[in-house]
Amino acid sequence: MKKDAIGDSLSRVDGRLKVTGGAKYSGEYKVPNLTYGVLVSATIASGTVTALDTRSAERAPGVLAVITPFNAPKVPGYQAGAERPVRGLKLFNDNKIYFNAQPIALVVADTFERATYAASLVKATYNTEPFETDFHKNIDKGVTPQKGNYKDYVRGEANAYKNAPVMVEEEYLLPTEVHNPMELHVTTAFWDGDDKVTLYTKSQGVKGSQRSIAAAFGLNPDNVQINSRFVGGAFGSSLRTWPHEIAAAQAAKLVKRPVKLTLTREQMFTQVGYRPLTIQKIGLGATADGKLIGITHESHSQTAVYEEFTEGAVNVSQFLYNSPNVNTLYKVVPLNVGVPAPMRGPGEATGSFALESALDELSYKLNLDPIELRLRNYTDTDPERNKPWSSKYLKECYQKGAEAIGWADRKAQPGTNKEGEWLVGYGIGCGAFGAYRGNAMAKIKLMADGSVNIQSATSDIGPGTGTSMVLIAADTLGIPADKITFELGNSAFPNAPTQGGSATVSSVGSAVHDVCVALKQKLYTMAGKPADSMEPIDYVAVLKQNNMPSVELTQESKGNPEAQKYSMYSFSAHFAKVHVHPLTGQVKIKKIVACVDAGKIVNHKTASSQMIGGAVGGVGMAMTEEAVFDERYGRYINGNFADYHVPVNADIQQIEAIFIDKPDPVLNPVGTKGIGEISLIGVAPALANAIYNATGKRVRELPITPDKLI
Amino acid sequence: MNQFQYTRPAETAVAVKSLAKEPNGYFLAGGTNLVDMMKMGLVVPDKLIDINRLPLKKIEKTATGMHIGALASNSEVAEHAYIKAQYPLLALAINAGASPQLRNMATVGGNLMQRTRCPYFFDTAMPCNKRTPGSGCGALEGINRMHALFGASDKCIAVNPSDMNVALAALDATIHVTGVKGPRAIKIGDFHRLPGDHPELDNTLQKGELITSVDLPTASSAYNKHVYYLKIRDRTSYAFALVSVAAALHIENNTITGARLAMGGVAHKPWRLSTAETFLKGKAVNEDNFKHAAQIAMQGAKAYEYNKFKLKLAPNAIVQSLKLATGLAS
Ligand SMILES: Cc1cc2nc3c(=O)[nH]c(=O)nc-3n(C[C@H](O)[C@H](O)[C@H](O)COP(=O)(O)OP(=O)(O)OC[C@H]3O[C@@H](n4cnc5c(N)ncnc54)[C@H](O)[C@@H]3O)c2cc1C
Repeated sequence: MKKDAIGDSLSRVDGRLKVTGGAKYSGEYKVPNLTYGVLVSATIASGTVTALDTRSAERAPGVLAVITPFNAPKVPGYQAGAERPVRGLKLFNDNKIYFNAQPIALVVADTFERATYAASLVKATYNTEPFETDFHKNIDKGVTPQKGNYKDYVRGEANAYKNAPVMVEEEYLLPTEVHNPMELHVTTAFWDGDDKVTLYTKSQGVKGSQRSIAAAFGLNPDNVQINSRFVGGAFGSSLRTWPHEIAAAQAAKLVKRPVKLTLTREQMFTQVGYRPLTIQKIGLGATADGKLIGITHESHSQTAVYEEFTEGAVNVSQFLYNSPNVNTLYKVVPLNVGVPAPMRGPGEATGSFALESALDELSYKLNLDPIELRLRNYTDTDPERNKPWSSKYLKECYQKGAEAIGWADRKAQPGTNKEGEWLVGYGIGCGAFGAYRGNAMAKIKLMADGSVNIQSATSDIGPGTGTSMVLIAADTLGIPADKITFELGNSAFPNAPTQGGSATVSSVGSAVHDVCVALKQKLYTMAGKPADSMEPIDYVAVLKQNNMPSVELTQESKGNPEAQKYSMYSFSAHFAKVHVHPLTGQVKIKKIVACVDAGKIVNHKTASSQMIGGAVGGVGMAMTEEAVFDERYGRYINGNFADYHVPVNADIQQIEAIFIDKPDPVLNPVGTKGIGEISLIGVAPALANAIYNATGKRVRELPITPDKLI
Repeated sequence: MNQFQYTRPAETAVAVKSLAKEPNGYFLAGGTNLVDMMKMGLVVPDKLIDINRLPLKKIEKTATGMHIGALASNSEVAEHAYIKAQYPLLALAINAGASPQLRNMATVGGNLMQRTRCPYFFDTAMPCNKRTPGSGCGALEGINRMHALFGASDKCIAVNPSDMNVALAALDATIHVTGVKGPRAIKIGDFHRLPGDHPELDNTLQKGELITSVDLPTASSAYNKHVYYLKIRDRTSYAFALVSVAAALHIENNTITGARLAMGGVAHKPWRLSTAETFLKGKAVNEDNFKHAAQIAMQGAKAYEYNKFKLKLAPNAIVQSLKLATGLAS
């Protein structure tokens, strides 16, 4: 019998359900008596809604309720002095408008079509106030964030780059980029009495959702049931509970029937966050032989007037390269826009685009190979925290990635490498993302037939979490994977952190590992063998001998205290090979190589898929995606899939994922570090740098559309 | 969506009569444009006359060329063996548009009639003279990256978004229509119009008229050898053109004996490049002549704040399409 082991390539355990339509997503539960909620959005960017004419909507066929700021039942968590206050936008709690497209009413009807039609009949009267959505005009109003550690950072001397023999000083712009998972955000909510509520909702963390909904309605968390078994992509847009989820529950309470609220694609641009528009200034100074003397990284990004959003956009400059002098500044500019949210590779993807582009610019000034420049500034310990890395194989990433992309064929002089009319270029972009581990629990049950079921309240937004967990359990227990089932996405299961920050395998995987070890030890003890015996035993026989139909236990797994002594990151080097047409500005991305040091890889098949998906996301960030604002109205002009361009198959040719696959000895018992974010982080600079290498055109404003290359 | 009536007649005469009586009625073909617009509240019909049962699907060779029924799907036209062989420009242009799913649904008549993709037209919260005459042009001083270089007015600077129409313009198509007053034929150049003071009118079809077919002149003049449709867009597929060029040349002994050139994404109608065609006639096949032709074609171009790049991209695309059509580039 083949042993299923960590490091295999196991197909998705839920793959069949997904491709046959058997996997049910939040919008697909047929709850009896279901009604449908449709949001009405404001068409001004700031002010108040002074009146809402809802008469025709209320009279329209099938309409059960029209909820507005003027009649909405109070949400306890929205009220001043609430015991557990809800942060962010308090929908329908008052009549203030903070951004264009903010919901001002919710129509509930017996069919989706009728709700949609009635929503079109709601007429608003506004008192319009001046608004600010122009980031460039308001950049001077940037403030240092109140919460979190975003204070100005100085190591050595500030702005030391200015006195260096060779220097680069440039600005880089990242436009607003929207998560846009294929699956729309949907919530179905229904109440059982006044104090018990169930939600089927798109969530990256059912426990977090449970706490938020409980706080909003002043409930005991045990009375809130959250289900989110399948998620059709989220990328950070479901890390928190959004106002529309609370509104669905609020509406269900009012109409005393289940309410399903689905955001439209257009609403997905304003209601569930985005990667914020960011301008970064990078100053790099180096000696003539390419040793960094100073790094300066200043970032300004937009946030909402009603809620502050922050991310670690400048962090990467503090630790990725060795430089005696580093200073960073991070400010947010509050505008009349919806609040941003973390998006795959939050902060680091933004920061690394700027830093890695600037480094590339420096390499040309120094006449030095970009990889060589990185090697000359390589650091074997974390210069920011003065700690050793728990593990770091970035050098190996440079080397293996360079081989796979064909770096030897790169020509140092831009515009000199040609294939027919097409200019050929190669680029590298590196990144790092913190390797985290949170406390997590798992419950295991061994049945008399030898099958095993494990439960944990984690999520799977696409990486194949269940599959990895099954593989960890199979490896630890020494039984075949097809004997094991793993259940997630249910708030009644044992506690697990929200799926974010690339930490799920590290956190929940540890819990699964530990609960399997505990089960094994218990079975060995029951069999009268030392708990740490290596001798294989027959679990089914042990149950039988002990006359037990099953054995069950729950285990919590906490971080390794040793970890305090280390600095822990996943590292990546992305490489790109592009063809650019000099007349038309068309770009063909011939190949992307992602070479990653993410510790031990649990499941190569799903991990490779995740690297490919992240690279495609990076292609979108670099080449096609931009939510465009018309500042006169403070409104997006391309809030749809025809005009907001996510990459399509024709944009992608070859993407190769290479893993260093060496276990991290510190973070967790499995040796993983996390790949979800790192899969995207270096892609945009790799592409921008490859395009420069091909054409000699440095594009510092994403996305790199054809108009910028002619 | 508003409540509306829906009928599905089987005869052309009935369909035409039925629409003539409905000031706010619309023909429904593939629905890929009309239904979207209804969902957005841009069009609020009282009546839809579904024309899919009308006998207008035929694609056939005729004594004078090619007949393409108005209800032939975009895919059927692009995959038609004789069209691929004799009118490859049309097949290339259609296949450069939308997605396979959309092309399966979309019809030739609907494609001719498709409305602009100007974002201000698409958002009822913004001004647009085309959607709501007199409300102003949101694009004029707005984000006009996708907008016109030629023939615009201060009332509207939107472009016709179709790829198929660009090839039809280059191929001298004739649009056959019928209405209560009887049938008539409209040359493709006279079908779409410039916005002028009435941007709400995309074309010269009279209220109640139905497109029955698109006819192409005989294959001998169909320019089927040296042909290219070059579409420059923000992503490699499934995006509207920043600019596109349909190019077809007759070449004898390295001399151009006839040229057909039209551009998309630059005007309120598919933009035939007649002066450039005239220039190219009798010239040798070389890049210098192509550049000169492009320069001539661009005379009179006027850009706005965000579409200035098109002043460079458009002539570059003309040159490149000619090079690709003649094998100077591959
Ligand atoms: C996301 C997206 C991307 C697209 N990308 C492209 C692209 O890249 N390039 C491109 O060229 N196109 C593109 N399209 C547009 C597509 O080509 C058109 O939607 C399609 O051709 C319309 O044809 P239809 O039969 O569906 O028309 P319908 O939607 O049925 O009708 C459109 C209009 O034409 C009228 N009409 C239809 N038939 C007749 C007739 N016989 N006589 C008189 N009036 C008639 C209708 O009343 C209606 O007003 C795209 C569309 C979408 C939705």
